[in-house]
Amino acid sequence: MPPERILTRRRVLLGAAALATSACDSQRPREGFLGVMDRFNERAQSALFHPNRLAPEEPVGQLTPPGDFPHYFLSDTVPLAPEGWRLDVGGLVARPRAFTLEELQRLPRTDYRIRHHCVEGWSAVASWHGVRVSDLAQAVGADPRAGFVEFRSFDQGYYSSWDAPGALHPQTVLAYGMNGAPLIPGHGAPLRLYSGVKLGYKMVKYLTTVRFLPEATGGTWEDRGYEWFAGV
Amino acid sequence: MHPSKPRRPQPWPIRLAHWANVPLLAILAASGLQILVAYPRMGPRGRPFALYPFQDAMPPSWMRLGDWLAGARSWHFAFGWFLALNGLVYVLYLALSGEWRRRLFLPRRDTRDAVATLAYYLRLRPAPAQTGLYNGLQRLAYTTALIMGVLSVLSGLAIYKPVQLQWLTRLFGGYDPARFVHLLLLALFAFFTVGHVALVALHPRTFGEMITGGRRPDAP
Repeated sequence: MPPERILTRRRVLLGAAALATSACDSQRPREGFLGVMDRFNERAQSALFHPNRLAPEEPVGQLTPPGDFPHYFLSDTVPLAPEGWRLDVGGLVARPRAFTLEELQRLPRTDYRIRHHCVEGWSAVASWHGVRVSDLAQAVGADPRAGFVEFRSFDQGYYSSWDAPGALHPQTVLAYGMNGAPLIPGHGAPLRLYSGVKLGYKMVKYLTTVRFLPEATGGTWEDRGYEWFAGV
Repeated sequence: MHPSKPRRPQPWPIRLAHWANVPLLAILAASGLQILVAYPRMGPRGRPFALYPFQDAMPPSWMRLGDWLAGARSWHFAFGWFLALNGLVYVLYLALSGEWRRRLFLPRRDTRDAVATLAYYLRLRPAPAQTGLYNGLQRLAYTTALIMGVLSVLSGLAIYKPVQLQWLTRLFGGYDPARFVHLLLLALFAFFTVGHVALVALHPRTFGEMITGGRRPDAP
């Protein structure tokens, strides 16, 4: 006789109540039923992502007025680059090295003017210029087995890890300029990540480190419960 | 489906889809309002939309679900699939069962009756002759709600994936107009629900039918 296998109405109701209260915990959206759907959505977003689909170029008239493009950082005051700043590039690469800003600026330059999509719901338009992460990957000989790229900053350790297809997208750049001028500290000087294919919180400012990795790590907001893929 | 056996007023697939909509719409609306709180303004940064009268207004906390932005987004994107799926199953059922004939608004057939029914509700006319399951005004209301549902899903996808689905975002006039349309549709659904519940209260028989299915027209 199979013991305790009978689905009584009481058990179904208790199960449903437990599911409703624990499986959908707003404070832990990456766990329980919300977590299952988060992973499903991650796969759906990844399937929808096309490596050559570009964010549309915006006309000059759409540029966000100066001062209205928000500054954002974790530190109490605008983080300033330490003396002798370098970008460390490592992980699964043939030639790990530290780049000065001038060395990065000697790599091929990419320019575009696109719309920024913040997780909060606002959008803004600016033009950005810098070096593609894919060009950097080529310069250091990144291993194709590195399916992920992690970006770290000197702003209270703010970081984010990306899927390689997003990081190597032609509109994902290490930007050193905005709206035709050198990047200002409020927007992440000397070097920040910018992209047409992710939400704003994935675009790490005040960069210090880029690492090509075989697996995903997390991120400052991702570790608190925000979605990891965050494509647009 | 058999022609010799007339269908109940509310066949079970209709009832199932209808009642599944109640928690799903509530979850999507409440988590959507929590998402709105993160940036309760319409229009891109530095260029707020002049035609949106509630800039910076926050929905009250009892209307919201998800506690914070990441929690609300998780609820919204977890249950949005089920709302869309429910709508898809409903539309497929309407199409395949032929139910669309007695439920959807066909302008040529239903306009005159819709106007007469509206005049009746405004106390301008005696009750129009009831001919079928629904009068013209009901058909108009339910068809409009169905279109609103489709537009909600599409405008939602347009702001969820404004780059990968940029053709869709462009159809709504861009990211910020699509976000505005998405919120506008929520307001329209709120108006629809108030009117719907009020009219059901005036015609309680319809409430029972949506639960039991109602009697077959030829039942003794």
